[in-house]
Amino acid sequence: MSIKLDSKIPQGPLSEKWEKHKFDSKLINPANKRKFTVIVVGTGLAGGSAAATLAELGYNVLSFCIQDSPRRAHSIAAQGGINAAKNYPNDGDSIKRLFYDTVKGGDYRAREANVYRLAQVSNNIIDQMVAQGVPFAREYGGYLDNRSFGGAQVSRTFYARGQTGQQLLLGAYSGMMKMVAKGKIKQFNRREMMDLVTINGKARGIIVRNLITGELERYAADAVLLCTGGYGNVFYLSTNAKASNASAAWRCYKKGAAFANPCFTQIHPTCIPVHGDYQSKLTLMSESLRNDGRVWVPKKKDDSRKPADIPDEERDYYLERVYPSFGNLAPRDVSSRQAKFRCDEGLGVGPTKQAVYLDFRDAIKRDGLETIAGRYGNLFEMYERITGDDPYKTPMMIYPAVHYTMGGLWVDYNLMSTIPGLHVLGEANFSDHGANRLGASALMQGLADGYFVIPYTLGHYLASTPLEKVTTDDNAFKDAEQAVMLQTSKLLGVNGKRTVDDFHKALGHTMWDHVGMSRNEAGLKKAIHDIRNLREEFWQDVNVPGDTGNFNLELHKATRLADFLELGELMALDALERRESCGGHFREEYQTEDNEAKRDDENFAHAAVWEYTGANSSPIRHQEELQFENVKLATRSYK
Amino acid sequence: MASGNMSLNLKIWRQKSGEDQGKLVDYQVQNVSPDMSFLEMIDVLNEQLVRKGEDTIAFDHDCREGICGMCSMMIDGKAHGGFKNTTTCQVHMRHYKDGDTIVIEPFRARAFPVIKDLTVDRTAIDKVMMAGGYITASTGNAQDGNAVLIPKPIADEAMDAAACIACGACVASCPNSSGMLFMGAKISQLALLPQGKPESPKRALNMVQTHDNLGFGNCSTHAECEATCPKGISIEHIARMNREYLKAAFTYYDKKRSE
Repeated sequence: MSIKLDSKIPQGPLSEKWEKHKFDSKLINPANKRKFTVIVVGTGLAGGSAAATLAELGYNVLSFCIQDSPRRAHSIAAQGGINAAKNYPNDGDSIKRLFYDTVKGGDYRAREANVYRLAQVSNNIIDQMVAQGVPFAREYGGYLDNRSFGGAQVSRTFYARGQTGQQLLLGAYSGMMKMVAKGKIKQFNRREMMDLVTINGKARGIIVRNLITGELERYAADAVLLCTGGYGNVFYLSTNAKASNASAAWRCYKKGAAFANPCFTQIHPTCIPVHGDYQSKLTLMSESLRNDGRVWVPKKKDDSRKPADIPDEERDYYLERVYPSFGNLAPRDVSSRQAKFRCDEGLGVGPTKQAVYLDFRDAIKRDGLETIAGRYGNLFEMYERITGDDPYKTPMMIYPAVHYTMGGLWVDYNLMSTIPGLHVLGEANFSDHGANRLGASALMQGLADGYFVIPYTLGHYLASTPLEKVTTDDNAFKDAEQAVMLQTSKLLGVNGKRTVDDFHKALGHTMWDHVGMSRNEAGLKKAIHDIRNLREEFWQDVNVPGDTGNFNLELHKATRLADFLELGELMALDALERRESCGGHFREEYQTEDNEAKRDDENFAHAAVWEYTGANSSPIRHQEELQFENVKLATRSYK
Repeated sequence: MASGNMSLNLKIWRQKSGEDQGKLVDYQVQNVSPDMSFLEMIDVLNEQLVRKGEDTIAFDHDCREGICGMCSMMIDGKAHGGFKNTTTCQVHMRHYKDGDTIVIEPFRARAFPVIKDLTVDRTAIDKVMMAGGYITASTGNAQDGNAVLIPKPIADEAMDAAACIACGACVASCPNSSGMLFMGAKISQLALLPQGKPESPKRALNMVQTHDNLGFGNCSTHAECEATCPKGISIEHIARMNREYLKAAFTYYDKKRSE
């Protein structure tokens, strides 16, 4: 078996591709839409918006989430904002500029056509969310307010205090609830997808675990939409929610969906630093804080003075120094790396020396306490609650943390994976952010995929594909279910000594040390070796108490970790094979004299697309060459 | 405030399933750092239980940064521990001292049956939302976002209401197990915004009716909900809900309703 990668990018000029594609797509008449059933896994921005919109169009939607309500998906935690090319501030923004910034921000490793479409529909998203009652921040005249985010020199970010993700998700959720009430969406809470069911090569259903009863359930449909988010929790500590996991995507990979650029991980520069072994997750402090906060470290090593006692001339505002034109708003990958460099030089602050200051002293002096409180009050409170320090009085201490994964299941222009009928939306796919995602673009992509892309491309798939009738009595369902049962009883039967979290932390350490912010050949080879050993040990020594017949949280964690232990190895392998630095992927062997990422466009201007070949054989690396017809490949500079 | 590591006595509600009778069980945790979060402290206890081969304590949690609304728990009789504007996942152990005894129970309300231990079923909240907690604006209809101007104070007040995370602390704290704070917040948010006005009357009537049918009690203005709400939502929103409801009850005419 070998996959064929056809990105299906429409012909024609960039700005006309999407219009043309929409016109060329086949339609299904309203009376016929109700004959189709679509499974949507995940209820974040991508899944929630897709489920609501497809149901409005008339499809029957089966929607699944692991939380107790679709409103709790992790999109809810996004703080800062959502980008759109409205150009309301009249500061030079346009669809083309948003497109350009996103391609450049991704260090030229994203598909032009997808990114352009994303920029095109960005404005519709804002309109749609306003119509649904999202209380975006406004100016006194009643107009929508904007702020700036990293990697852009215009203000194009719309926001709802520090809770933009929450408000957008509740907008999508409210649309879902409307359609659940109308009977067009059947909502299944506390269900975790355990496998994809393919029949005649097409995605036709899923096996889920009812997390409360422990029972396995089968659902059949005409197409499956995977909207299950990213895989940052492979690092154990990340800003992701505790239950965020890669299993749904990983099971699809093992059923034949190719996985693209798994090593592209975003390390967010402004998170609250790690404080102890017991730590269960990391908390992000929104990038919007860098609009007013200034990042610095003391110039002197082991400076034990309080930050307020260190005079300006003895501080190194290193982002302003190194990147005078973008300053504190340099993109995430760049800012994170600079923080790491400072700490590696021994200039880090705080008890662990793994932190830098983010200081609001000057902003408070300039704009007044009240204005700053108005902008960031809830974030300051959140910081104080966790650390016990008051950022109005003393600078925040921050350090980079795993936040987002640009890699994901490979999809074509229609958001379809290499398995016909399996569509992948939002963070779960790989398509739009290249090697680094710009701030406030994740919300944009999730909603673009769900509201404005999939309704067209899914219709075309359903209209142009012969779909035979299937039921959950099909052998394919039985076989998939059996495989899940087998794995479950294996996990419960190990009866070892180490806990699931113990293994997960060990995996996290390996990933952070060798597949994190900075990577090199020897480290990556060691990581692959260590992960294999750890995986073997896991299957011999893990301790999962309880049984399948109830709400067994240890079993849920163990099942997810079993997949992370395989995915981690693929991430390291992908990082090893990509012999260049780009965006968030920094290979120490490939850097410029001033320690910036050094791309190799001749050999690596492609997406690396991995094909699963079985448990005991190496995956195959395919390449999708990226064509840059509208953006000139240049060294990314924020200086 | 404690410094150094603490030992704590915990009394935790254990209940195998909804049908079982539950009881408080005593546990001890050692080496609790003041920088730990409350849930990390329970993680440590659960790790101990796994090592002994015992069933872990089931509790809901997810984002661990106070926004998903998944975590719950009554801590010493107070929802989320009773700290101002704080969810359970944001409570840190620096608020406790060595030797303290902490009682941990699930949220209790007729509309929130226990699933296991500290986990309860809050789907009743979704059902109230289904009855009208939305604006009917199908994808593709929207006009430009700036076409309808919204004065900043109105947008801000709508945002205050919209901050609800639907954790259910208001219900668990209310002597009547009323859901009127979370419901009032949604009704109020959408009634404040011009986009939500066309459906306001119907929304108020349907949501309140559904709320009552689901076993939530009525509001008798104890304001326990406001005191405990981790997002600081004011009972003013219940007042606005009442106004919306009254207006609708007298004036709203829907042919279907009268049939």
